[in-house]
Amino acid sequence: MINRKLAPPIQDAVNFKYDLKPLHSFRLDNGIDVHCIHSDAQEVVALDIVFYAGNWYEEKNLQAAATNFLIKNGTSQKSAYVINEDIEFYGAYLNRACYSETATITLHCLSKYLNDLLPIVHEVIADAIYPEEELEIYKRNQRQRLKVNLQKCDFVGNRRIDEYLYGAEHPYGKSSSFEDYEQLSREDLLAFYRNYYLNGHCIIFAAGKLPADFEFNLNKVFGQLSVSTQRPLQKEFPLNAAEQKKHRIIIDDNGVQGAVRLATHFPNRHHPDFVPAQVLNTLFGGFFGSRLMANIREEKGYTYGIHSFIQNHIHQCGWMISTEAGRDVCEATIQEVYKEMELLRNTAVAKEELQLVKNFMLGSILGDLDGPFQIIGRWKNYILNDLKEDYFHKTIHTIKNIGPDELQQLAQRYLRPEDFYELIVV
Amino acid sequence: MIEFNRFELDNGLKVIVHEDASTPMVVVNVMYNVGAKDEDPEKTGFAHLFEHLMFGGSINIESYDEPLQMAGGENNAYTTNDLTNYYCQLPAENIETAFWLESDRMLSLAFSKKSLEVQRKVVCEEFKEHYINKPYGDIWLKMRSLAYSRHPYRWMTIGKELSHIENAKLSDVKSFFYKYYRPNNAILVVAGNTTTAQVKHLAEKWFGDIAPGEIPLRNIEAEPEQKEKRQLQIEAGVPLDAILKAWHMPNRMHKGYYVCDLITDILGGGGSSRLYQKLVKEKKLFSSIDCYHFGTIDPGLLAIDGKLIRGVSFTEAEAEIDAVLNELIETKITEAELQKVKNRSESTIAFEDMSIINRANSLAYYELLGDAGLMNGELKRYEEVTVEEIQRYAADVFRETNSNLIQYCSKNQL
Repeated sequence: MINRKLAPPIQDAVNFKYDLKPLHSFRLDNGIDVHCIHSDAQEVVALDIVFYAGNWYEEKNLQAAATNFLIKNGTSQKSAYVINEDIEFYGAYLNRACYSETATITLHCLSKYLNDLLPIVHEVIADAIYPEEELEIYKRNQRQRLKVNLQKCDFVGNRRIDEYLYGAEHPYGKSSSFEDYEQLSREDLLAFYRNYYLNGHCIIFAAGKLPADFEFNLNKVFGQLSVSTQRPLQKEFPLNAAEQKKHRIIIDDNGVQGAVRLATHFPNRHHPDFVPAQVLNTLFGGFFGSRLMANIREEKGYTYGIHSFIQNHIHQCGWMISTEAGRDVCEATIQEVYKEMELLRNTAVAKEELQLVKNFMLGSILGDLDGPFQIIGRWKNYILNDLKEDYFHKTIHTIKNIGPDELQQLAQRYLRPEDFYELIVV
Repeated sequence: MIEFNRFELDNGLKVIVHEDASTPMVVVNVMYNVGAKDEDPEKTGFAHLFEHLMFGGSINIESYDEPLQMAGGENNAYTTNDLTNYYCQLPAENIETAFWLESDRMLSLAFSKKSLEVQRKVVCEEFKEHYINKPYGDIWLKMRSLAYSRHPYRWMTIGKELSHIENAKLSDVKSFFYKYYRPNNAILVVAGNTTTAQVKHLAEKWFGDIAPGEIPLRNIEAEPEQKEKRQLQIEAGVPLDAILKAWHMPNRMHKGYYVCDLITDILGGGGSSRLYQKLVKEKKLFSSIDCYHFGTIDPGLLAIDGKLIRGVSFTEAEAEIDAVLNELIETKITEAELQKVKNRSESTIAFEDMSIINRANSLAYYELLGDAGLMNGELKRYEEVTVEEIQRYAADVFRETNSNLIQYCSKNQL
């Protein structure tokens, strides 16, 4: 008979080797840098074109987001419908996303169709015309969507907490309004498109099974874009955080849950505390076995889930705690979060628990290192944040070696209730 | 082509191994052939609540999560109307930890009172978060009970109402476990950096001595054919009028399933799809519109749901949807359009198969359908669909007498 009470021996994840597959990089004729991770395992490709065209650069709210979204809605030769048909015929997806510093255009397709799709993606980027009618449809539909979202406590909570942290004028703190949509004009989009796409700066990331002639074909098509080799100048936006720390908002008198958000400022990835804080965050609220989950979900049943995380911003981050909790236990939830902070400040984490957190984090990194899309994602993060190659190994080293005392000191520095903005939206 | 080996233990546990030495990880996936459709109509939401309790400690092991996390692993689970699936991924060196944990919770749970009390609350919050405290959140709770009169798909996995979850008793938990969570009602899939020999050894060692059970024969009443259109009007404090129309479609193993799956892509998959192009872009009647189905094993529902532009009436909105459907019935689609949606299926399958978690999930699912090897024939079954079949099934499914309509009215607009 086996003894089921006895756990099988395990290898600590700290003993494994972690290698980040190196990038293959090259430069197109016009100076665009291309970074690739090639993998033969599956017949698929992701091509990610990153423009420095986030809302950091806009003069009018939503200018960047609308320019990004509508870039594939018409060229001088093709309507939005024809472009969609051309792409979707190959079973491909052309997605757009707009962030604060950057905006991306991403193609996902089967490798065998990549060469057919490259000219279409190029046409969209090089010849967008932003038809008036497309903009009108977009504005109306986005306003309708906003109406629905403004009834969701989580949506309102996310917008407000960013506004408290950064200020309503800051790229990280501003949000959309009906009036903003109203005021967008075709000229706004065309101007932004000219400055930040046509004559803007971009980096290309490609991963998956890349055809043998990929470099040649990419250069033939994208090497002709008239883009700039320089990143556009970034304006300085001062932080304009709210004076008042505690906020309670009711949007629905009959709401049965509240969105709870707590947040404080935290430096960006270049700060020496950033990686150690990732370990502290994991312990605090970063995974299923975290202190917050154990107490507030698994012990008290106040919520379906509670998480803490450090925001993924380039300039300046926030450390955030986020949950939807029963309406009558929202205040109690906040008090429990503070108790968990206090515990982390006052008592060093036990060796066993820290070992678990380290093994969990490392195991999860290991699982991320074998897929081409995950690997390129990691590299992209380093490149867009201007981090050196050794960041990966420093991260692994920190996770492996950080001790209870250092985590306690970090908690004393950052997990102080008086520094946190507090919000409940019912 | 996904390669796999298959064997069965004496206690009836089916085991499938998918070897992939290119990853440092393994996935251990256990699928139980029990879902919300097996529930008592007075105790709905139970299969899903039970899934939560599977993490509350087993007979010999106090916590499931901690030893797994210590071994560098992550895990999750989900319940559907048809099945319940548990999976974890961890470094291949620690594969035995997953066998130890999964086999102990198949042997017996700890049946802790405290765990039941807490998870009842957690699931109630999950219910509120997804189905109550959200505009239109209850629309599918309502649609299911409208479209199904007999079949247990008439409730959602989360349950019909909060009280069913609140009233769950420990005795219910125990009887449910011994009824369904037996090796001869489960499929174990191990995928990743392992070998069939290793899995054979570990499966015998950890699962071999778990006694099989008497699995009750499924006796689910088939949904009788719908004879007339059903309608429901809901009024709520939502900002926009919305429409949801759903039709009964063939079961998962039926040829018509693949035809209907392609029909949903023709109508609602992407920017060049018919409903989006006609009704959002050209006629500007909707701000958004989607067409989808749930891939259920028994006959499911094909649905179209959209939000109306302010000022558009329900009558006009529905008539215009029907006009798009009639075009599909009256005029054969072109080979090119059919090829487009087939290409989409091919690409969806390729992207899904990238991760070993998905491959393990799929192998278990197809084995539950009858044969893991079905996984490798999916693409072919899509490729075999013809333009005539699209037309024929569209005509059959989109009959008015087969339809169910919900008009979700915005109070503010009335």
